[in-house]
Amino acid sequence: MDTVFHSVKLDKEKCLGCMNCIKRCPTQAIRVRRGKATIISELCIDCGECIRVCPHHAKSAKSDPIDLIKNYKYNIALPAPSLYGQFNNLDDVNYILNALLEIGFDKVFEVAAGAEVITGATRDLLKRGAVKKPVISSACPAVCRLVRISYPELIDNLLDLNSPMEESARLARKEAIAETGLSSDEIGIFFITPCPAKITAIKSPLTSEKSDVNAAIAISDIYPLLLQKMNRIKSPEKIEEAGKTGVGWAASGGEASASKCRQYVAADGIENVINVLEEVENEKLNDVEFIELNACTGGCVGGCLTVANTFVAKTRLHNLKKNLAKSCVRIDVESPFDELHWERPLEPHSVIKLADNVTDSMHLMNQISEMLKNFPGLDCGTCGAPTCRALSEDIVRGYASIDHCIFRLKDKMANSPGFDDEEIEDFMPIPFRDTNKEEKHDS
Amino acid sequence: METLSLHYDVSGDDFTNAGEASGKIKRTLKGLGYNVTAVRRLAIAVYEAEINMVIHADGGVIDALVTPESVTVTLADKGPGIPDVELAMTEGYSTAPDDVRMLGFGAGMGLPNIKKYADEMNLETEVGVGTTITIKVYNK
Repeated sequence: MDTVFHSVKLDKEKCLGCMNCIKRCPTQAIRVRRGKATIISELCIDCGECIRVCPHHAKSAKSDPIDLIKNYKYNIALPAPSLYGQFNNLDDVNYILNALLEIGFDKVFEVAAGAEVITGATRDLLKRGAVKKPVISSACPAVCRLVRISYPELIDNLLDLNSPMEESARLARKEAIAETGLSSDEIGIFFITPCPAKITAIKSPLTSEKSDVNAAIAISDIYPLLLQKMNRIKSPEKIEEAGKTGVGWAASGGEASASKCRQYVAADGIENVINVLEEVENEKLNDVEFIELNACTGGCVGGCLTVANTFVAKTRLHNLKKNLAKSCVRIDVESPFDELHWERPLEPHSVIKLADNVTDSMHLMNQISEMLKNFPGLDCGTCGAPTCRALSEDIVRGYASIDHCIFRLKDKMANSPGFDDEEIEDFMPIPFRDTNKEEKHDS
Repeated sequence: METLSLHYDVSGDDFTNAGEASGKIKRTLKGLGYNVTAVRRLAIAVYEAEINMVIHADGGVIDALVTPESVTVTLADKGPGIPDVELAMTEGYSTAPDDVRMLGFGAGMGLPNIKKYADEMNLETEVGVGTTITIKVYNK
């Protein structure tokens, strides 16, 4: 099933139709149409870059309200380890975990503990050589979606294990059913998320029929509530379970170094992720065993739903880890661990090709090449597409027309009665005026 | 029959942009909906040949001819030529200078890899005149 759910939403009132998001979208999935940004659903990987860069705060994530806990008899909070880096002067994660209970959750299951299970399984798979190298981490859902649309050949390199979030939810549900005797429907599992990609992974999972997580609360939404409660906690009960290994997953390099590989690469920031994937595709990284990729700069602590500065949060995590055990007991995973593997394979999603067959695509590609000769190559974005090439592709696909380009509009005007070339030059904004006529008009 | 022609100029000694042409050819083929394995094989082979041009021949020109059935890429340079082709085709044999090796290139796998990944490969070379490599990969 390929649903079109996306966790990024647009507030049309706030959107001015500027060029910021279209230029930053790594898959060129945004166009401005009639003064508003629109997302091309098939291309969006929910990375959240547009949320981050929008100066008007017109984009946000479709996270869930905390009130949803009323729908369940027993509620479990799944805090992402990145949450731990959000608080100043915190030396004990138990303050956060206790505060979650005070907010109304019945139980807390640290995603960092689930991460350690995945680390254990990863080590085992690498040791047994049971994976295609270089192994690419599948923990970042935006990376998985990127691979699926742009690098389908690398799907086999993705680590086919549950994400720490999914694994935590699975274990938490299993344990809660055993402890409470409630049915699965009566148990609500809430992920405290740093990013919109995780929300999409919950609402529209790629490697299972249904996520074990019921809802996702943004770190930025729960943060003020947590602060309030944490300030009143004098001596928190020790419920922490995860160690340094799992908490380390919150920042780039944490997962890779925990894999105990000698040869690993950890890249963060979507542009860097793309560069690494290109190199893997060109077989330039064949001697690398493990590749950790995070769409956000800094890793999950850099998620666009976090509160603290990424690099401040990284240091805080580093300091917090000093007071933690190396890892929890869960890290010793014994194979076979079928339940840890994906329920179903990740399917490629071919949305880049221009037409259904190569001949038709080539015909369109030739049209694009011809068209590009007549576009200025400025990639100015005023047509609503991020580049001249993207506009050309839109045109051959039938989504745009040539006079969306301000330069081609100028030609059209020049050919209209009542205008001469000189006058039209005067109408052009300064950056777009003809260089040869610069002195005359640039006053 | 519909064909598509691509042309790129590759400048020499520019390691920052080396691989740009093969990257563009790869993206074009992906856009055409070419077989993913064929795209990857071609991209690796052309990348190696492109890097060779940068290391040894002060750049050159790349021309690609795409048809629905196959893609043929010709890389032509006016470099020093290859005196002993058989030796150059040996895995691990390299004449790359040390500074290039420091960058992680020049492992002596360039030509062997091109041969490995291409469906057809042709190499014409003349010492002092230049080298032309033709790489063909079928869309399957």
